[in-house]
Amino acid sequence: MTAMLEMRGVSKSFAGVQALRDVSFTVEAGQIHALVGENGAGKSTLMKVLSGVYPAGSYDGSIVFDGEERRFRDINDSEALGIIIIHQELALIALMSIAENIFLSHPPSRFGVIDRHAVHRRTAELLAQVGLRESPDTLITDLGVGKQQLVEIAKALSKRVRLLILDEPTASLNEADSAALLERLLAFREQGIASILISHKLNEVARVADRITVLRDGRTVDSIDCRTERIEEDRIIRSMVDRDLAHRFPERSAEIGEPVMSVENWSVYHPLHPERQVIKNVDFKLRRGEVVGIAGLMGAGRTEFAMSLFGRAWGTNISGKVRLDGDEADLSSVPAAIAAGLAYVTEDRKQLGLILAADVRKNVTVASLRKVSERGVIDDVVELKAASDYRTRMRIRCSDVYQATGDLSGGNQQKVVLSKWLMTDPKVLLLDEPTRGIDVGAKYEIYSIINELAEAGRGVVVISSEMPELLGICDRICVMNDGAFVGEFDKDDATQEKIMRAIMRNVRMSGSRADDGVARAGGEAR
Amino acid sequence: MTDKTVSLPESPRHSGFIKNNLRNYGMLLSLLAIMLFFEIVTDGTLLQPLNLTNLVLQNSYIVIMALGMLLVIVTGHIDLSVGSVAGFVGAVAAVLMVRYHVGYPIAFIACLLLGGAIGAAQGYWVAYFKIPSFIVTLAGMLVFKGLALAVLQGQSLGPFPSTFQKLSSGFIPELFPSAGTLYPTSLLIGVVLAFVLVLASAKSRAREQAHGIEVEPYAFFVVKSIALAGAVLYFTYLIASHRGLPNVLVIMTALIALYGFVTLRTVVGRQIYAVGGNAKAAKLSGVKTEQLTFLTFVNMGVLAALAGLVFAARLNTATPKAGLGFELDVIAACFIGGASAYGGVGRVGGAVVGAMIMGVMNNGMSILGIGIDYQQVIKGLVLLGAVCIDVYNQRR
Repeated sequence: MTAMLEMRGVSKSFAGVQALRDVSFTVEAGQIHALVGENGAGKSTLMKVLSGVYPAGSYDGSIVFDGEERRFRDINDSEALGIIIIHQELALIALMSIAENIFLSHPPSRFGVIDRHAVHRRTAELLAQVGLRESPDTLITDLGVGKQQLVEIAKALSKRVRLLILDEPTASLNEADSAALLERLLAFREQGIASILISHKLNEVARVADRITVLRDGRTVDSIDCRTERIEEDRIIRSMVDRDLAHRFPERSAEIGEPVMSVENWSVYHPLHPERQVIKNVDFKLRRGEVVGIAGLMGAGRTEFAMSLFGRAWGTNISGKVRLDGDEADLSSVPAAIAAGLAYVTEDRKQLGLILAADVRKNVTVASLRKVSERGVIDDVVELKAASDYRTRMRIRCSDVYQATGDLSGGNQQKVVLSKWLMTDPKVLLLDEPTRGIDVGAKYEIYSIINELAEAGRGVVVISSEMPELLGICDRICVMNDGAFVGEFDKDDATQEKIMRAIMRNVRMSGSRADDGVARAGGEAR
Repeated sequence: MTDKTVSLPESPRHSGFIKNNLRNYGMLLSLLAIMLFFEIVTDGTLLQPLNLTNLVLQNSYIVIMALGMLLVIVTGHIDLSVGSVAGFVGAVAAVLMVRYHVGYPIAFIACLLLGGAIGAAQGYWVAYFKIPSFIVTLAGMLVFKGLALAVLQGQSLGPFPSTFQKLSSGFIPELFPSAGTLYPTSLLIGVVLAFVLVLASAKSRAREQAHGIEVEPYAFFVVKSIALAGAVLYFTYLIASHRGLPNVLVIMTALIALYGFVTLRTVVGRQIYAVGGNAKAAKLSGVKTEQLTFLTFVNMGVLAALAGLVFAARLNTATPKAGLGFELDVIAACFIGGASAYGGVGRVGGAVVGAMIMGVMNNGMSILGIGIDYQQVIKGLVLLGAVCIDVYNQRR
């Protein structure tokens, strides 16, 4: 077979961070090519280069499609050649019908008037092709996620697709919908349509892929031809995670003491789909001075777990018990949770963590105004001193505490958020992706701060998608999948391969698993 | 690390200080320029004691409502119903006092409570049901305009008891024997006020300095204090040479001071700004966002009621048309004063200055004999211009 697409020596960097290094990637006509790798390995960046989201000139290397070098200026250029990308977050308009969505950008029309009969007829044909039995007039909002995914594929077919790129298409699908989707890909292969499948689910990949490419730290580290070689899961996992960890984390010396928080039988339901149990009766323990990591894939329920603990800031129909220092804690609202000694540092600093237009001082004190006020009146001298103290202690680099937080770098913004929560003097800090979007130097500083917190006898929970980070800073790592803890490893015992295997094993099981939810498959689980 | 904050060079800080504060004083300078302009083109009529007193009386209800509106806008909402609510409350006051002869204090308090209840009814939908405030208060605008008509049965109702009229047309009692054309009590209050203001700012500056906090340059402080005291003294001198301080000016000044204090110095005030700046982040920081939004609407209702009473007392009659279009002047005052339509930004001082800019322009253009038609055109352009300048400044 001949190569349909050839990406040669692609490199791309963002503000000094190398996201892709000399990646070469080939897709043959009628091939299903799986792309696997950790979060942040560069899979999405590579696909954005291919689809023209990052225009020619913003990266090094070349893209050859149908034997000609192509320089895409935007996504329209790549779509014109039949390269269609379907993102993880579906780009459908909820209150429009299936037909309107499929022909949104190029409806069949005469003199600018949409030919409604043609739209209807062609939509019906496309839906039959993807095996979706719905009327073209059905609104998107009335469809489940699996069917929406099929509408996206029908939309791609309407554009005469030749290379279909699917970014984690089955992440939010159940077993049956996933299987149906994979069947479609196999059917497309027969018609000569090639696919690139980005997925964490190795069993799916093994089932349909003709070739598997593994990316790590922006490099191609392995490529397996499934028609000639046997697929070894261990080999894939090892190539996904192997990397040097030395000297990226500060020394630790915290003493682990008494239990500070214990969560029993914690259960949370989805706020919009109240029948969906997101956190499935989990138990969790944390000691003073201990740093516990929670590993897992996106959507595993880690953020939902932390936010539901923090004054029920997420979810509905929440049940379970939380003890802080042995006493049952009232976590019925955010103010109550703060008073009880909980702090939550959000993964979405800009949307949920900071008031960007307000200055450093106001952001630092907003959660503990009581401490700088008397009978409801703020003492601005006391407030200013408190804010300045944190600025010095946390090494926040700003012109003064009157600088707007929106003007600071990501690392310094994160230090402002940490200051805000330190000022509430919490017993337990829940840190959700504390180093996301922060450069390497600032990461080291954040790790040092986490160590200091533990040394001061606080309990720290770190949710992170970067496994080396968890291994570098945690005393214990729990693995969460599908709303339950499925594995637990001690610092000395944990390796990236073990964690990745715990995640992968259970990803494969999810869906087919009975929904009693308490299943704990990890060998090392309590 | 500690040393670093202390030993920064002095000189760039001063120029930065003036630059940073220029924006805060920019609107005040615009007001002064506008006043100066009209003072010249009206041949000194604008600042004549009689006209100045009228100016205060004419704009008092706008200023009072602007205080409440500022808080509503800072939380990221809007209240279109304030004019109708003011008219409706004025109508109820007339019915109570004129038709049923209810005593003035009881009627006054009942009307303020009614305003609070109206604010609560609207704020409930906005805060807890997340219905856009634009829609809720648009509905309220229609409802209360209609109710005012219904309560008055389409007729004007008056006159009010003379004690109630004093709310708007009265002046503070004279304690000393009159000395010629000046009212010494009013003048004395002005002098005391100027003294207290300067003393307070000197004290707070000294306290900050004692704690090693950066303060404004000394020369700047002196100039500012002299300007402030001078303005207060000159203003009270003019007012005192007509009939003394109007009652409503005293109420207004007290309210401005109260709301200035609440927004700048209290926990509640800080939290209101946090809600407007980023409601989600504020909520995750333990701020009771819904409750605060609700309370700003209750507060707005009470102030709209007070404004309605002041307006009714001034006309000495309640008419179904009272309050018509007030909401536009009030909202314009807040935006001219630098409040952001996206929430989180705005100052009490700014809203008051914005209201005075509108008031001076109304008054000045009327003296010049410009028709109501072109007055509106000019006011609209000034609103657009002021907000454009603000947006431009923020982008820079």
